[in-house]
Amino acid sequence: MTIWVFSEEAGGHASASALELLTKARAIGETNVFHIGAGSETAIEELGSHGAAKVFHMTTDEHLPSAAAAAALAALVEEHGADLILFGMDNTDRDVGGRLSARLGRPVLANAVDVSSGPPVSVTSEILGGTQAVVTEFTSDAPAIIFVRPKAFAAEPSGGSVAEIVPVTEPDVGRSGTAVIVESHVEESEGPDLEAAAVVVSGGRGVGSEEKWSLIEDLATQLKAAIGATRAVVDAGWVPARLQVGQTGKTVKPDIYIAAGVSGAMQHVVGMKNAGTIIAINKDAEAPIFAVADLGIVGDLHSVLPKLTEALKER
Amino acid sequence: MRIAVCVKQIPDPATPYELSPDTHRVVRPNDQVLDDTDRFGVEVGLQLAEEDDGSVTLYSMSPSGSLQGIRQALAMGADKAVIIDDPNLAGSDALTTARVLAASIEREGFDLVIAGTESTDGYTGVVPQQIAEILDVPSLTFARKVEATDGAIRIEQQTAGGYDVVEAPLPAVLSVTSGVVEPRYPTFKGIMQAKKKPIETLTAEDLGFSADQVGDTGAGQAISSVSVIPAREAGEIVEDDGEGYLRIVALLEQAKVI
Repeated sequence: MTIWVFSEEAGGHASASALELLTKARAIGETNVFHIGAGSETAIEELGSHGAAKVFHMTTDEHLPSAAAAAALAALVEEHGADLILFGMDNTDRDVGGRLSARLGRPVLANAVDVSSGPPVSVTSEILGGTQAVVTEFTSDAPAIIFVRPKAFAAEPSGGSVAEIVPVTEPDVGRSGTAVIVESHVEESEGPDLEAAAVVVSGGRGVGSEEKWSLIEDLATQLKAAIGATRAVVDAGWVPARLQVGQTGKTVKPDIYIAAGVSGAMQHVVGMKNAGTIIAINKDAEAPIFAVADLGIVGDLHSVLPKLTEALKER
Repeated sequence: MRIAVCVKQIPDPATPYELSPDTHRVVRPNDQVLDDTDRFGVEVGLQLAEEDDGSVTLYSMSPSGSLQGIRQALAMGADKAVIIDDPNLAGSDALTTARVLAASIEREGFDLVIAGTESTDGYTGVVPQQIAEILDVPSLTFARKVEATDGAIRIEQQTAGGYDVVEAPLPAVLSVTSGVVEPRYPTFKGIMQAKKKPIETLTAEDLGFSADQVGDTGAGQAISSVSVIPAREAGEIVEDDGEGYLRIVALLEQAKVI
């Protein structure tokens, strides 16, 4: 079975999803990586040590790479064959994979939490806030294009050798490729990395206002925790989008997840339900977040959080 | 500017959706609502159209039912709607949806296609990109801010670590995040006017698709099983009596976090 994994370089590293997907893919069959970006030595090494046989590398320029990347990958698949093409769920993964699907005329399945090589190739995804598992089989001709949720598989080095690098020329895709990146902005984050932190303190609409967000920040500081937020809070503009936990945001698996004023909408729960211990504070005893909480406090976070923060300070 | 906005009517998210036990399809009630994320696309479309005296046409592929969701978007100010309503389309996958929407949009002509980043009920999240590839135009995705410049669209695109400013000439496809703008509420006048706005209904065949190219047969995928995931073991829920925080402290101690 021939498998392709997509990777986009960021900050000199391969994408986290690519290393997770390689760990799964190398157990199924021969795995190639299609990697776009600068092509740093570190990134290529990471891909090799996680099981990539060959890394097909395409350098990108100021053009938005998705259309050209999809065309290049489609050509590689024609030439070398493919049974499975695996993407993560980052924005570029969705841009390249979506276009690839239309170009190859092959269906996609997204939000996978597990992949089986079959035959037929099938994908497990979760619906209704992770209460039901759905297995979907591909009935079309190969390749099967699959988008896998972050942290579905744990990345582990294979102790493998250095991957062979095959340079790929960026194809001219005409009109589709005319979008240009004018400026790039990195928003500096403080404190622990949300996706790697052992403790996450997350706030929802119940925090009430942007001014009251300091209740979340103060508790996070005491616990050396990363800060998370629901979509409602991000949409309200209280915090930047990179703090969003959930379907359209980050997926986290900390030891402790504290959710304050979070109702527990499906969109949020899928991003945090695999945390070790979940503590929820909410005024509404009926809030769905209590269904996944190990400890639920039915109460006003505006009274509970300051007392909690104070008690931690005094220790 | 001729603006095409893709919208979807979905079962009311306030009541969890159900899968039909035999077809595994989402059970779609007659009264579906406008996907909340689509209000942002409609609002961006209206604002851009207001700037240059353009038009906003809604495109939707779903059983039309009572059409209350489409009427809501028309009441916000869209000019007309094109609905692709065809029993053969039931069970269509994301790529078929993109092909059908792209064909209907191309039939009318367009300068800009706007969609949400993903629907609330299906959330595959690649239909805008598929539409862009089919129409052979650039795609500006995950926009958190949008502005039109002379013959081009410029956005702030959300990235993992911040944002990029990205620009593309028209025609193009744009996908917008929730929060990109504040969607307007329909006025009474808008609601009255919406009742008279044209809604065109097409079938898959009208767009040149045969029955086996769409729906279940065209989807290239089939659900083989649905099973219940064992719930997390129920935790302890306590009413805060003023000392609820002590329970949290105790748990954090037990977990050796403090």
